[in-house]
Amino acid sequence: WQQAMGSHTAGGSQAPPPPPAAAGGGETQRTQYPYVTGTSVIALKYKDGVIMACDTGASYGSTLRYKSVERIKAVGKHSLIGASGDLSDHMWDDGNSLGPKEIHSYLTRVMYNRRNKFDPLWNSLVLGGVKKGPKGDEKYLGMVNMIGTHFEENHIATGFGNHLAIPILRAEWHEDMTFEEAVKLVEKCLLVLLYRDRSSINKFQIAKITAEGSTIYPPYSLKTYWGFSHFENPAQGAVGSW
Amino acid sequence: MARFDPYENNGGTCVAVAGADYCVVAADTRLSVGYSILSRDHSKIAQLGSVLKFDVQQFRAEKCVLASSGFQGDIKALQKNLAAKELVYEHNHNKKMSCPAMAQLLSNTLYYKRFFPYYAFNVLGGLDSQGKGCVFTYDAVGSYERTGYSAQGTGAALMMPVLDNQLKSPSPLLLPARDAVTPLSESEAVDLVKDVFASATERDIYTGDRLEIVVINSSGTHRECIELRKD
Repeated sequence: WQQAMGSHTAGGSQAPPPPPAAAGGGETQRTQYPYVTGTSVIALKYKDGVIMACDTGASYGSTLRYKSVERIKAVGKHSLIGASGDLSDHMWDDGNSLGPKEIHSYLTRVMYNRRNKFDPLWNSLVLGGVKKGPKGDEKYLGMVNMIGTHFEENHIATGFGNHLAIPILRAEWHEDMTFEEAVKLVEKCLLVLLYRDRSSINKFQIAKITAEGSTIYPPYSLKTYWGFSHFENPAQGAVGSW
Repeated sequence: MARFDPYENNGGTCVAVAGADYCVVAADTRLSVGYSILSRDHSKIAQLGSVLKFDVQQFRAEKCVLASSGFQGDIKALQKNLAAKELVYEHNHNKKMSCPAMAQLLSNTLYYKRFFPYYAFNVLGGLDSQGKGCVFTYDAVGSYERTGYSAQGTGAALMMPVLDNQLKSPSPLLLPARDAVTPLSESEAVDLVKDVFASATERDIYTGDRLEIVVINSSGTHRECIELRKD
């Protein structure tokens, strides 16, 4: 059925793209490309709830355009959403008391339906929260990406974090970490991302959500070390006149 | 510029084997994207019809189990879609959908999106109205047949030859028609399923982590999980 998909796109390029099925206004939208983007978001469950962290940078292609962007927002009383990807595509809850699982479900439907109309919201969203359930306070942490793939886990990372932070989280995360332990683990991941992800900056925000509610801490920076001997005189041994 | 691709393959394999009075449906729990693992604990199995439990009456365990591999966004949408249709059927007909009825519904639902398919490779297992095990196997656009056993997904090509060899399925061309369900006992079938998954896990990068096995028989549905290689 690969051929069926090919002919579908060929048909689309000859005529104007079909309007979204539900639209009344008839305004059509083509596939977007992300313009201003945020990089990784990391989150993990700990003893009292969920901790989420990301840097405060936003890139415009290869330019680091904005340095003070809040990519984690509180939603309702029980949840936090962290977004990576296109920053103008954030969707916000209107403030009623949905639990984190419900919001995750809602966001998944939104992302999947936009994908079906070939008009995706170019984001990977991390959803964390704590809500009272039948077994007491239940921690929830999930992710949904731009085509609607979604799942729940004890630790989540988007973007580069998927490759750089998840191995650390898988090795060192354990059940019922204290807040201090969780922050240390998150900072370890953020530092690796700072060194290795070119779109990250040294200004981070950590947010936590517990049964009492959400707290988004003010931005701060991590100490970095650049004194490796290899970084001194990097041109040593290089070929050429540079 | 690269166009947005609405599909991705999240990997994994599903298997079902039908017996004289039972059906085994199994799938691994690894969710992948590209060369990354997103989750080691994500179920591909949906027990259709047992979603809703009212306070007053508890509906009995369901006789129809769907295992799907492919693009997880489409799989979840498809499973939700079927569960909703099943509920409407129950309200209209005052009875649960039988497995062959659900099989036809799944085929129709898949074909409905023939020109923007659900990227889901499905295996439906359960008991038919005579209590015999039944397995239905599908492609992405709804073509289906009832068989004695089937595998779908990234590891299917590794598993089907082994299943063919062990379950010795009779040719569908034989006259009189021979029974497709395996004469193996329930525990033998479960062991066979565990063996084929262990084998596929060795060579298929998308299959592994944990195996979820659901057995349906006259006393209901029973679920067990066993660990698979995580590399």
